Amino acid sequence: MTDFLVRALGAGLMLALVCGPLGCFIVWRRMAYFGDTLAHSALFGIALGILLEINLQLSVITLCSVIALLLVVMERNKGLASDTILGILAHSSLALGLVTLSFTGTRIDLMAFLFGDLLSVSYSELLWMLGGGIAAIGILLWYWNRLLAITLNQELAQVEGLNVTRLRLLLMLVMAIVVAGSMKIVGILLITSLLIIPPAAARNFAKSPEQMALGSSVIGALAVIGGMSASWFWDTPTGPSIVVAAALLFVLSTTLRRA
Amino acid sequence: MRLQGIGYEHGSRHILQNVSFDIERGQIVTVIGPNGAGKTTLVKIAMGLLQANSGSVSLASGLRIGYMPQKLRLENTMPISVQRFLGLVPGATNQRIAAALSEVGAQGVLHSSLHDLSGGELQRILLARALLLDPQLLVLDEPTQGVDLKGQAELYRLITRIRDQHDCGVLMVSHDLHLVMSATDEVICLNQHICCHGHPEQVSSDPAYLELFGKTGAEAMAIYTHHHNHHHDLTGDVVKEAGSTHTGVNAP
Repeated sequence: MTDFLVRALGAGLMLALVCGPLGCFIVWRRMAYFGDTLAHSALFGIALGILLEINLQLSVITLCSVIALLLVVMERNKGLASDTILGILAHSSLALGLVTLSFTGTRIDLMAFLFGDLLSVSYSELLWMLGGGIAAIGILLWYWNRLLAITLNQELAQVEGLNVTRLRLLLMLVMAIVVAGSMKIVGILLITSLLIIPPAAARNFAKSPEQMALGSSVIGALAVIGGMSASWFWDTPTGPSIVVAAALLFVLSTTLRRA
Repeated sequence: MRLQGIGYEHGSRHILQNVSFDIERGQIVTVIGPNGAGKTTLVKIAMGLLQANSGSVSLASGLRIGYMPQKLRLENTMPISVQRFLGLVPGATNQRIAAALSEVGAQGVLHSSLHDLSGGELQRILLARALLLDPQLLVLDEPTQGVDLKGQAELYRLITRIRDQHDCGVLMVSHDLHLVMSATDEVICLNQHICCHGHPEQVSSDPAYLELFGKTGAEAMAIYTHHHNHHHDLTGDVVKEAGSTHTGVNAP
C-alpha cells in the first residue's frame, strides 16, 4: 500500500540504530555542541552540492569532515575556548549556507533541510542511508573497545599504545556520515537531539557501556515509530514529532528510575 | 630509563630546566616538590605524553611501562564495572584481572561500578590496571591522592611489595617525603630543576629540601648551618645570591 511509509520507516530505524552507540560517545565525551556545529555546517554542504551539481550526501559528508578536521587543528593552538570556536564555526557555516543557497537560483525546500522530510525519502536516499549506517555501525563496533579506552582516559590509552588522534578523527568521520544521513529525517536543526536524548534515557538503567548503547538504539527506534505514528494520525511534522517522542521517553525513563 | 637535560617551557615560563636522572630495574625513585614544581610535567615527558623542548629520554628497548595517572577524571555518564574497565587493557583475560586485583587487595570490587569506589579503592584499581601491562617500569603520579593517611601508608607498602615481586623500576611522584621515606631508594627534590637528590635520609637534611618544605622538616632539625647559592622567587625561578654563602635558619 504505502511504499513511502516503508522507506521512511527503514531510514528512520537505520538512523536510530546508528545514533544509539554514536550518541553514547557524544554524551560520554561531551560533544553535543560539536554535533550541532557539524549539523549546522551541513546546510553549507547542501548549498555547495547544489551549486556544483554533485550528490548532496557526498558533499555534506565531505564538508562535515573538513569542518571536523578544522576543529582539531583550531583546538590545538589554544587561545580561544573550544565552545567559542564551535560557536564561530557553527553559525558562520549556517549563515554561509543560507547565503550560498540564495546564489543557486534553484527553488529548494529550505524547511525540509532544516526540520526534515522523512516521508519523502527516495529509494536512492534510502540506499545511501543504509549504506552509510552500516558503515558507521561497522566502524563503531570494530573500534568499540579502543574508543571506550580513549573516552575513559586519553593518557592511559596513549600509554597503552593507542593512536588517540586517529581514533578521535575516526569518531568525527562517523559523526559526519550520520549528520549527512539524518538531515533528511529530522533536519539539521534537530540532529543532535536524536544523538543525545536516547542515550540520556538509556543511562538511567544501563549497567555497562554496551547496555547503554543498545538501550539508546531501542529507545531511538521507539521514538521514530512513535513520531511517525503521531505524524500519520494527527498530521504533525514528522521530524519534530520524533524528537518529541524521544523527549517523552526520556521523561518516562527518568520518572521510572526515581520511582 | 634515563632522562638527560630535560627542559620544558610553556609560553615564556620555564617549567623544567636541565633535569637528568636514571631509573634502574628494581629501584624506586620518588620525585617530590611543591605544587607547580613541574612534577607531573616531568612524568608526562618521561612517558612520552609531552615533548620536551630540550634534552632526551632514553628507554631500554622494548621497555613495558605501566602508568597510573594523577587522577582518573571519571565521567558519571558512562556506566562501567571494574571488570569491564580492566578488561579494556589489551590482552587482559578474566584470570589475569582477578590476579591483578588480588595483588592490590581489591578482589571484592570486581563487579562494582567504577563510580561507587572510594578514593583508595579507585587508586588500587588504577594500580591493578598498570600491573595488567606486566610492566618493567611503573610510573605513578601521586598514587595516594584522595586516600586517608592510614590508606596512604598501606598503599606505599603495597608499591614496595609490587616492586619486590615484579622486580620493576618505579618512578613515583609525591607531595610528602615523610610518608614515602621507607618506601623509596632515591629521592629527587624538584622545583623546576633538581634541587637535591639522594637517599631519603640524606635528602631530608639537605638545605635545599628544607628550604622547599621548610616548616615540618626544619622543626625536627632545629637550627643548623648550611650554604646555598640560590633561592626561588615567586615564580620559582632561581635567583642567585650575591654573596653566595650565608648562614641560614630555614625554620620560620
